[in-house]
Amino acid sequence: MRSRNALWGYFFIAPQLLGLLAFSLIPLLFALVLSFMKWDGFGEQSFIGFANFSSQFHNPDFWKALVNTVYYTILVIPGSILISLLLALALNKVKGKEIYRLIYFMPVVTSSVSIGVIWMWILNGDFGILNQLLSYIGIEGPKWLTNTKWVMPSIAMLSIWWGLGHNMVIFLAGLQGISQSYYEAAEIDGASKWQKFWHITLPLLSPTTFFITIMAIISSFQVFDQAFVMTNGGPAKASYTLVYHIYDQAFIDFQMGESAAAAMILFAIILVFTLIQFKFSQRWVHYED
Amino acid sequence: MKTNAMVKERSQLNEVNPAVNASTKRKFSLSTLLLHILLMIGSVIMLFPFFWTVSSSLKDVSQIFLVPPKWLPNPIVWSNYLASLQAMPFGTAYWNSFYITVIVVVVQLLTASMAAYAFAKIKFPGAGFLFILFLSTMMIPKQVTMIPLYMIMEKIGWLDTHLALIVPGALFNAFAVFLLRQFIKGIPKDLEEAAIIDGASPLRIYWSVILPLIRPALAAVGIFIFLGTWNNFLDPLIYLSTPEKFTVPLLLNYFKGLYVTDWALMMAGSTISIIPVLVVYMFAQKQIIEGITLTGMKG
Repeated sequence: MRSRNALWGYFFIAPQLLGLLAFSLIPLLFALVLSFMKWDGFGEQSFIGFANFSSQFHNPDFWKALVNTVYYTILVIPGSILISLLLALALNKVKGKEIYRLIYFMPVVTSSVSIGVIWMWILNGDFGILNQLLSYIGIEGPKWLTNTKWVMPSIAMLSIWWGLGHNMVIFLAGLQGISQSYYEAAEIDGASKWQKFWHITLPLLSPTTFFITIMAIISSFQVFDQAFVMTNGGPAKASYTLVYHIYDQAFIDFQMGESAAAAMILFAIILVFTLIQFKFSQRWVHYED
Repeated sequence: MKTNAMVKERSQLNEVNPAVNASTKRKFSLSTLLLHILLMIGSVIMLFPFFWTVSSSLKDVSQIFLVPPKWLPNPIVWSNYLASLQAMPFGTAYWNSFYITVIVVVVQLLTASMAAYAFAKIKFPGAGFLFILFLSTMMIPKQVTMIPLYMIMEKIGWLDTHLALIVPGALFNAFAVFLLRQFIKGIPKDLEEAAIIDGASPLRIYWSVILPLIRPALAAVGIFIFLGTWNNFLDPLIYLSTPEKFTVPLLLNYFKGLYVTDWALMMAGSTISIIPVLVVYMFAQKQIIEGITLTGMKG
């Protein structure tokens, strides 16, 4: 019986196990090996130790990409978390929650390319609607996407708009997970609205907030589509991100080893945030027990 | 009925102490009014880009560059749509995106729920280790395996074919396995035991007992995979090179590269790429939002 069961077990996991090996584990090992090799993708390969990594650290493009990516993350995260939290708190209170939810979530289902093209038109320096609206209140808007200073804030702005609904619905689920009994107890003690917010809502929502923040940081570090579609990483590489750098080295310069090394560095950064998330979420689980 | 009774009760209360109730009621409605105004301004910001896209797509060159801008096209010009459809094989791209996504969603749900069932309910040597292995791969960003996968696809001749998108999408999704396993674990034992006593094989239990019970989870995971596959840009970008094989996002990007200064045409193309997705969203918004919430929470 037992061995027959075991056979069934392997039968059921076989397709996904095959997929895991072919599309994740083997490519990962391959990437690791590649990061220690010199290879243009066609000809001879040779083992060169840590040379790809040290050449990344001496590559101004790599640093530019890293700085841009961190800058983008810093621009996106606080605004996105704060606005989506406020939205969730508001929606939790008002009538017509479903309608607002429908509207705020709408951009989430659309593709990065559609969003990118639409915002290219809105942000167009000469004829874009944003600058025309700004001119009504006497502000001369910059050339958002072709100005090295404004290009990252522009991409961050549309990314916040794009992802707001996603974070909002997770916050809403978090809010609904807070037991009503805490509020009832606080009301008996005569707590004010603010006291309830500071001492019940915010602390009990903190695991959700933390989770959303880490997830948002991880996805910010992988930003690529918007920059690729809207600006080609420009002007003057001002919107050149880490993933863009990985892409460029592999598919434009055919430096597969260099690209793999850059990808490994991205992996290491993301791994740190994943482990932080893992450690703290475990602590919270124990805390709740 | 119930609300009527409550209204009645409240109005009776008002009669008892009109002054107190009037003031708290007004304060209540003033703050909610303010909240509604803010939420509506926000809604306008959220919807405006979509409105502006459609509006711009219906203008001709003489209207689109007007300063100050006209909010609505006058007259309405449909030719941008015809020109977009003639310039780009959007119909083909739709078919490509559609059939790739359907295969990926259906096969992925099948293989992932199979693996999930094994990890949740069947004891076999190495199960614990293999499950940890699945979990660990969720930490790997796709950009890390992108280059080796490209080389593998090149070696086996799948570059510029849809197989490069379908097979990995259909056979591997650790997140789907993990989520479905959590659900299957929650199914009480006695339901399967009844089937085992009846002499049902694991395959039969999986198909007739487990699958019907996890339908809501399958829907949530299916929506998650659907959106991810439909909107995927990076994979089609590196694998596909023939425009007739492009998916919708990739074709729109290609279109943009050729006609970037013709904004009315660009907006017509964007509308073509967005409208069907938004129509699906309107009809299935509850399931989509709940699906994303569920999968987002457990990620």
